[in-house]
Amino acid sequence: MCLAIPSKIVEIDNFRAMVDVYGARREINLMLMPEEVGIGDYVLVHAGFAIQKIEQEPAHEALKVISALIEDAGKEIDPQNASSRDMDGDSSTGSG
Amino acid sequence: MINKVAHKIKELKSAINRTVRLMEVCGTHTVAICRHGIRDLLPEGIKLLSGPGCPVCVTSIRAVDTIIAISRHKDVIITTFGDMMRVPGGGKSLSNAKSEGSDIRIVYSPLDALKIAKDNRGKKVVFFAAGFETTAPLVAGTISEAEHAGIDNFYIYSVHKTIPPALKALLDSGDVLADGFILPGHVSAIIGKAPYNFIALDYHKPSVITGFDAIDILTGVMMILEQIVNGKALVENQYTRVVKDEGNLKAVSIMNEYFEPSDAQWRGIGVLSGSGLELRSRFKHRDILSVLNPDVPEGKEPEACSCGDVLKGIKLPVDCGLFGKACTPEEPVGACMVSSEGSCAAYYRYMGIRIV
Ligand code: SF4
Repeated sequence: MCLAIPSKIVEIDNFRAMVDVYGARREINLMLMPEEVGIGDYVLVHAGFAIQKIEQEPAHEALKVISALIEDAGKEIDPQNASSRDMDGDSSTGSG
Repeated sequence: MINKVAHKIKELKSAINRTVRLMEVCGTHTVAICRHGIRDLLPEGIKLLSGPGCPVCVTSIRAVDTIIAISRHKDVIITTFGDMMRVPGGGKSLSNAKSEGSDIRIVYSPLDALKIAKDNRGKKVVFFAAGFETTAPLVAGTISEAEHAGIDNFYIYSVHKTIPPALKALLDSGDVLADGFILPGHVSAIIGKAPYNFIALDYHKPSVITGFDAIDILTGVMMILEQIVNGKALVENQYTRVVKDEGNLKAVSIMNEYFEPSDAQWRGIGVLSGSGLELRSRFKHRDILSVLNPDVPEGKEPEACSCGDVLKGIKLPVDCGLFGKACTPEEPVGACMVSSEGSCAAYYRYMGIRIV
């Protein structure tokens, strides 16, 4: 799956932030963000970088849709690659 | 809400006296359309065609063979997104090369590749940089980190591709019969609306930047039909909660600082002019091809594989004789069956649920 995933910022330290996605914490990079973001904001995360800010309500919605898509993709995952994919749902090239 | 939009689509379609073909450019849309059973919700006479928007599927055989040849060097570590591992090259995939002893590691982010470079200063660490405009700025950002931190052993092999030049080339070729385009959501989050203007101005076709939910996609289809009925050709944005009209200017500027357009080979399609990204000359020291450049011939697609036609929206996966028989996600023949976003894989996964 190649998706950018809405994630909630829970900590910020300069260009690094911690986000919460599906209850898991992950470090992301903010250097590509075109605007200031703060704790509690939702951002679209692709391969470790925040690429856009999202309105909060839609972010909840999108998270539901995307987690369903990822769940599906999970069934197709090559076992050899599974470990790198299980938490974030993808290690992927990112498309549309 | 879904029913309302579906009803409106029926109404609009009844005012159009012919089959309407819409191309969903992006692989993530293909998956979402299959998964949500969008085709079931559309009236007869609206056809959804998949497009070239799966970066894994369009990575050329030669690119796969090249990265494998590079991986054979003892002092090299290849890093890649996981979904590139099983893409078949001329004979082998990265996954095969790994089991034969090449040091190939799956990373979630190019920044993870940079970290591997930092921890393995005696090795050349190469990131296999595939992906569209969604991904290229991240790779540019990672190179800038490498430059600042003086991590000299970090390289990339860029097979990045860009969507608007590819659409333009496809439209010019006359192969693409689409009456309108469902434009990618996340590529557009970076590049914004303007790069698609030529679709309206030069080809007089409607297009709508669309999100990935069922209601997003249906609304996108409705907006295109409205344009057709009203004789309009505009670039519209349905996905405003994520896509700003101007895109992400910061990401675009860092992408342009490091990369410049180049011609690129699209698997199954051919060379599309100006649709690739290569490092600018002042960053060539980050290009692994400037250090190691194996001479790899252009590979040939398995003869019966129709990936090229699928990627151009000429054929549906089910029109391929190998689909679901000789070619399955477990034993893929063509690249469109490898990535979970490939059209063939998406059709296969949801087959029997609600397809066609
Ligand atoms: S089903 Fe397999 S062989 Fe046929 S077009 Fe798709 S990837 Fe190629």
